[in-house]
Amino acid sequence: MHLKEKLISTFDQSLDQLSFQEKRKESMQRLKQDGFPTIRNEEWKYTNLQPLLKKEFELKASNSTITIEEINEYILKDTDTYLMVFLNGVFEPSLSSISCEKAHISTFKNANEEQQKIIEKYWGSCLPKQGDAFVSANNGLAQEGAFVYIPKSVVLDKPLQIVYASKNENPLFLQTRSLLVIEENGQAQITERHQNFSDSEVFTNAVTEIVVKQNAIADFYKIQNDNFKCSIIDNTWVNQANNCNCTVDTFSFGGKMVRNNLTFSMLGEHSQSNMRGITLIGKDQLVDHHTLVDHLVPNCLSNELYKGIYDHNAKGVFNGKVMVHPDAQKTNAFQSNNNLLLTDDASIDTKPQLEIYADDVACSHGCTIGQLDDEALFYLRARGIPKKEAQAMLMYAFANDVLNNVKIEELKKKLNLIIAEKIGVELAIEL
Amino acid sequence: MDKKKIMLKIKGLKAGVEENNILKGIDLEVNKGEIHAIMGPNGSGKSTLSSVIAGKEDYEVESGSIEFDGTSIMDLSPEERAHLGIFLSFQYPVEIPGVSVSNFIKTSINETRKAKGLEPMPAGELLKLMREKMELLDIKKGFLSRSLNQGFSGGEKKRNEIFQLATLAPKLAILDETDSGLDIDALRIVANGINKLRTPENATIVITHYQRLLDYIVPDFVHVLYNGRIVKSGTKELAYELEEKGYDWIIKEVEEQCI
Repeated sequence: MHLKEKLISTFDQSLDQLSFQEKRKESMQRLKQDGFPTIRNEEWKYTNLQPLLKKEFELKASNSTITIEEINEYILKDTDTYLMVFLNGVFEPSLSSISCEKAHISTFKNANEEQQKIIEKYWGSCLPKQGDAFVSANNGLAQEGAFVYIPKSVVLDKPLQIVYASKNENPLFLQTRSLLVIEENGQAQITERHQNFSDSEVFTNAVTEIVVKQNAIADFYKIQNDNFKCSIIDNTWVNQANNCNCTVDTFSFGGKMVRNNLTFSMLGEHSQSNMRGITLIGKDQLVDHHTLVDHLVPNCLSNELYKGIYDHNAKGVFNGKVMVHPDAQKTNAFQSNNNLLLTDDASIDTKPQLEIYADDVACSHGCTIGQLDDEALFYLRARGIPKKEAQAMLMYAFANDVLNNVKIEELKKKLNLIIAEKIGVELAIEL
Repeated sequence: MDKKKIMLKIKGLKAGVEENNILKGIDLEVNKGEIHAIMGPNGSGKSTLSSVIAGKEDYEVESGSIEFDGTSIMDLSPEERAHLGIFLSFQYPVEIPGVSVSNFIKTSINETRKAKGLEPMPAGELLKLMREKMELLDIKKGFLSRSLNQGFSGGEKKRNEIFQLATLAPKLAILDETDSGLDIDALRIVANGINKLRTPENATIVITHYQRLLDYIVPDFVHVLYNGRIVKSGTKELAYELEEKGYDWIIKEVEEQCI
């Protein structure tokens, strides 16, 4: 059975156990109608999902276990953090540490009655009325996931790490869901990672909603370094009120097919959105970034900086849409996408897409595609730095301004190590 | 001459880019402890010569040989040549954002040590070395943490080249137009630095347009490069003569010889 039919029949069988039934029904109806996108859909022009969608996936994992030792390799350990571990979509309390007095770090199922009201209020609130098939499928069937609520004026005292682990004998289709609400003057730093711990294929369809209220600050870091059998469609939706600041940084190194749909809706004035990314991929990998910044009100600032390095026959896609609505005067929107192609077989399709309907705005965009500079390479080699290390150094230099913005020191170090490993050098450059 | 003293020996070197012959038969010998100046008009092949010695792969060597300390370096990569002790100070140093000066020098020193089978230099020792050389070249604090050459003035870039020279302490330094972009004070500081780094064991090739730098770094030999060949060699007096009379008289002399 095809994935779509499988999802629909599973839904029909389990409807009476689900929350938000009306919302879910609506979403599943849309999935039924629209089906999964093909390359004829403009938004999916460069990423063909058909081979993936034709595969047989289980929707429910069989019982498996995971140890903290296994998890340890993929998390920050020297930094004091909160930790949430999910295995195949199910929360693992014994591997997690979520005890927090001032904020609620919980899951949809474990949230108390008062929190359930908040979940009800915000579940799906960032999503568009007409979401695409993946958002619809997630809306229809996703049940458990991280629920983080930062009350008014609470600054989360340490970062929170969310790990969505998977381990299954057979190919698995996994839907994860996260909801983060940061109330007025609140602050939080969150990292997120999807990691497979088995040899079989995992296809994840993740939806994350981030609600950022007045004067709040949210920093969200996505580390995408899963094994080469895994694919993910990551849908992240941010709603920003006024005077707040939200960052979503995406570091894409692993996985077979990675599609990021990142949307910021700027609903309140004087807010700032930052989205940055480093993509460093090689053989048979595809990373597709689709971003949308929706400037609905005046006086906001959005900053977008994506850097990509593509080796072997890697394929990159960048589509950065910025919408400035008629009322959104005095908008500042900056977008930049820079790419290095290391071989003749690597490719990048990059498309900045600015739609501006206001007349008093400052918007810029630019994209570059190039190779490593031979002159710079010779300079480094003439100083005794071997070719491979010299290339690595130039790649670091290229990605540096994105890494520099990471506020968690250990994460920065860890990203450095992943990059060094990925390039295949032992060189640890202190940035 | 004592064979052990010969450091660099270039014989019949012909090189160019694709169809374009630039060096048309260069012969040059540089001994330990010597300073050679290579002068010549624009387009005579000065920078090509220095790039070919340093191993730039863009140039194709058609014939001839380059020996360093008695062995051929023709098949060596730029980094291998650097490990042997050949240093090229670039005419146009490249800007590399995100890599600090200190990180660059650290990597450079330690990669060279690695190639020689040595352990990395201890951090304290490295810092001491850099501080010492900063003082020698009158380089201000904070310089080490700046991104390599990014936003540097022309003079700062050149000073940075000589700073690298000082910390790496190569056997052979090739200074490609180090004087361009330097004001008179910076020139004096840089030249003093170079002079202080001089030992009986190392050698320097100074490539320059003007005699100005040679007031400070006094060469043992001066060679005039014209149209891919060394057409005249002499002592420092030749440099003064060039300053006074320009290159035309030599060009004329060469052309007359050809006829």
